[in-house]
Amino acid sequence: MRLTINGKSHEVDVDPTTPLLWVIREQVGLTGTKYGCGIAQCGACTVHMNGLPVRSCSIPVSAASGAKITTIEGLASGKTLHKVQKAWIDHDVPQCGYCQSGMIMAVAALLRTNPKPSDADIDAAITNICRCGTFQQVREAIHAAAKAA
Amino acid sequence: MTAMPKFTRRSFLVSSAALGGGLALGLRLPPFGPGVVRAADGSPEITVWVAIRPDNTTLIRAVRAEMGQGTITGLGQLIAEELDCDWSKVEIEYPTPGQSVARKRAWGDFSTGGSRGVRQSNEYVRKGGAAARMMLVQAAANEWKVPASECTTSASVITHKPSGRRTTYGKVAEAAARLEQPKDVPLKDPKTWKIAGKPLKRLDTAKKVNGTMVYGMDLKMPGMLNAAIKDCPVFGGKVKSFDAARVSGMRGVKKVVQVGDSGVAVIADTWWNAKTALEQLPIVWDEGENAKVSSASIAEILKAGLDAEQAFVGNQAGGDVKTALADAAKRIEAVYAYPYQNHACMEPMNATVRYTPERCELWGPTQNGEGTFAQVLEASGLAADKVDVHNVMLGGGFGRRGTYPDDYVRQAVLIAKQMPGTPVKMIWSREEDMAHGKYHPVMQCKLVGGLDASGNLAALHMRLSGQSILASVRPEVVQAQKGRDPLSFQGVFESGEHSFSYTVPNLLIDHAMRNTHVPPGFWRGVNINQNALFIECFMDELAEAAGQDALEFRRKLMAKHPRNLGVLNAVAERIGWSRPAPSGVYRGLAHLHCFDSFVAAACEISVKDGNKVKVHRIVAATDPGYAVNPAQIERQVAGSFVYGLSALFFQECTVKDGRIEQTNFHQYNSMRIAQMPKVETILMPTGGTVWGGIGEPTICVAAPAVLNAFYRATGKRIRSVPLKNHGIELV
Ligand code: FES
Ligand code: FES
Repeated sequence: MRLTINGKSHEVDVDPTTPLLWVIREQVGLTGTKYGCGIAQCGACTVHMNGLPVRSCSIPVSAASGAKITTIEGLASGKTLHKVQKAWIDHDVPQCGYCQSGMIMAVAALLRTNPKPSDADIDAAITNICRCGTFQQVREAIHAAAKAA
Repeated sequence: MTAMPKFTRRSFLVSSAALGGGLALGLRLPPFGPGVVRAADGSPEITVWVAIRPDNTTLIRAVRAEMGQGTITGLGQLIAEELDCDWSKVEIEYPTPGQSVARKRAWGDFSTGGSRGVRQSNEYVRKGGAAARMMLVQAAANEWKVPASECTTSASVITHKPSGRRTTYGKVAEAAARLEQPKDVPLKDPKTWKIAGKPLKRLDTAKKVNGTMVYGMDLKMPGMLNAAIKDCPVFGGKVKSFDAARVSGMRGVKKVVQVGDSGVAVIADTWWNAKTALEQLPIVWDEGENAKVSSASIAEILKAGLDAEQAFVGNQAGGDVKTALADAAKRIEAVYAYPYQNHACMEPMNATVRYTPERCELWGPTQNGEGTFAQVLEASGLAADKVDVHNVMLGGGFGRRGTYPDDYVRQAVLIAKQMPGTPVKMIWSREEDMAHGKYHPVMQCKLVGGLDASGNLAALHMRLSGQSILASVRPEVVQAQKGRDPLSFQGVFESGEHSFSYTVPNLLIDHAMRNTHVPPGFWRGVNINQNALFIECFMDELAEAAGQDALEFRRKLMAKHPRNLGVLNAVAERIGWSRPAPSGVYRGLAHLHCFDSFVAAACEISVKDGNKVKVHRIVAATDPGYAVNPAQIERQVAGSFVYGLSALFFQECTVKDGRIEQTNFHQYNSMRIAQMPKVETILMPTGGTVWGGIGEPTICVAAPAVLNAFYRATGKRIRSVPLKNHGIELV
């Protein structure tokens, strides 16, 4: 099966029912995308499929074949960080950081469709779990990223 | 020196102090004295906490675990402060427990729990930085043939004031490393701090925003295999049989192995393949007697403890409390309950082990490198010089990744032993993580208060009935206390870091210990969560019965507790307690003394339809004595409310047929950003000789403050957690 991840094409030999998450982590070897629950509850596994945020633990790899997939490793353009990543550094958002790949991917997708989200927009769109409780900094950083060019 | 025989976990813990005294371990010690000890990259070590590269980069050593709480940044700041080094050129290096043991525990305690990371090592790490600075200055002074006292330091540069000559730490590091370490090492007055005490950014953020931070879950090694494991879902049960043949032909499967007497693991090329096969594997369990236990049967046992004759006393004052209660003008009684809860770290438990008969190494997340080292020793059966542990970034800890008997570390070693030479990464599914937690202990509490004719609290009996963590995890401590678990009284104890912050004329706080087969653990905040809820909600009940304001009623009992009074007054003032709340908004407050810090919270909530709670705002005050990094403290405080309010509203692990019923986040919810209140932190360190903790204290004031506000909003006094059981939602 052929997968396009971060602009690169990968040939993977897996059972087609394998969740996209585990193919990304174990076959392609990109471990920035995290496993937290496996049942679409926590958002730690969020990646972009054709620009839209998806919870990769709950999508069979067969459904991703042919799609354009972006993981946290492919969010920056070369050495230039994405504005969400920059805002995350400026606001010192991550605590343990384990949820943050998924959080950042979810936020990047939100800002693409809604460049200046209100607090209510954020509440509706960002439903990731963060056990460390970084939400206060996440919200500040989203607004800062929205202001950034 | 002869090799020491293998020692057990317990004897290791007990003898770890003796190790510091030079217990022979049969290890080759690095050359001390005139020789130079070197960091992994060859840089000279000045003191055990500091090595310096020729390019003037400072390598600061850390052995406490970083799990998001910012401890490594804080400890780094303290060392850098005393060292006067260039903060922009600091890197952190992690010595292993094996290296520490080989050097007579040169780095001291690795354990990172009880909010101890900074407060209990601050002095010796600061001295490690200060001593290094003195040695670097001496080396420069020797080279220039001037008195060291004429030299000053700043940002890793040494200047000889009279002549204006300058050199860098990097240039004199080799010479400094050869000097004798000074004995008398004065420390800076915290008032003069330039690096410590400042709201600096964490050192480890860059890798957390681009996916390159490696957690235990992400480890890759050549030839590595993956294991998925299932332990008997009934705690204490055993494996009766399993039919490996049914899955051995499945994709990627290499081996099916029994793990100890209670677990079965599938080892495969990928974890997904291992997990898929494990789900198909027929396993027959011998569940044993514990399979009859349920939440209801446990609750019955605890209920009986509320009125039992025998109980351990944690705090007592004045005369006989029962007489005083009988004599009281008014008697108020209430029973509260707190459930089992899972830590639910974002990253499920895991560990990677490579075993050969000559060497056993573990890579994985741990809050206590030495404790894990001892467990690897025991499980591998190898000698101390053949074992080591490499800590990696933790995807959350919250107390779950401390050292517990029969836990994931032991499993990972037992699996790897059955695949000698091959590194095996064992990962728990979220379902396994929910089923095999080390749960927040279950507790009930009966409170009886007596008011005198003028509405003053004359007598209070607080009877705890429930599980002891230490009886399960550190039985030697309980034994030394003749059966009492002193930790059960956190926040209401007679003295020390968790002492009670009220003066009550006739007081009895005691604990009827009722242990169950469900393994308890240190869950962020530990026993302060339920104790603060019990006492602070009941204080509101008493105040109401006395017809007094909740704040005023408390204040009268706090004259001898000025620092608690300080934080309580601070939140009351900021929230505007003396003025009416906006229409439809209700307030509550709570405070506690714990982990040597003084914490208080005041909140504003509104309630729609009688059950939809919106927490608008929480003001939290903390007096930790000293504040090493105010920005990180603010983040810990805000995060504490997420953890604490998730527990209050959503979280309970119920027991049915001897096992935990909840399997994943759909039944064990956690707060989302939409539910996050605005948190305002008041940091008010008042100095003194004692440093307080940060990671845990604030968590305990969240629930009682909100419950007290909920009562004001609805007239309903909720006395058991979680609120979802009462049909109450967080919106
Ligand atoms: S791992 Fe996919 S949503 Fe939790
Ligand atoms: S930063 Fe730790 S779970 Fe979000």
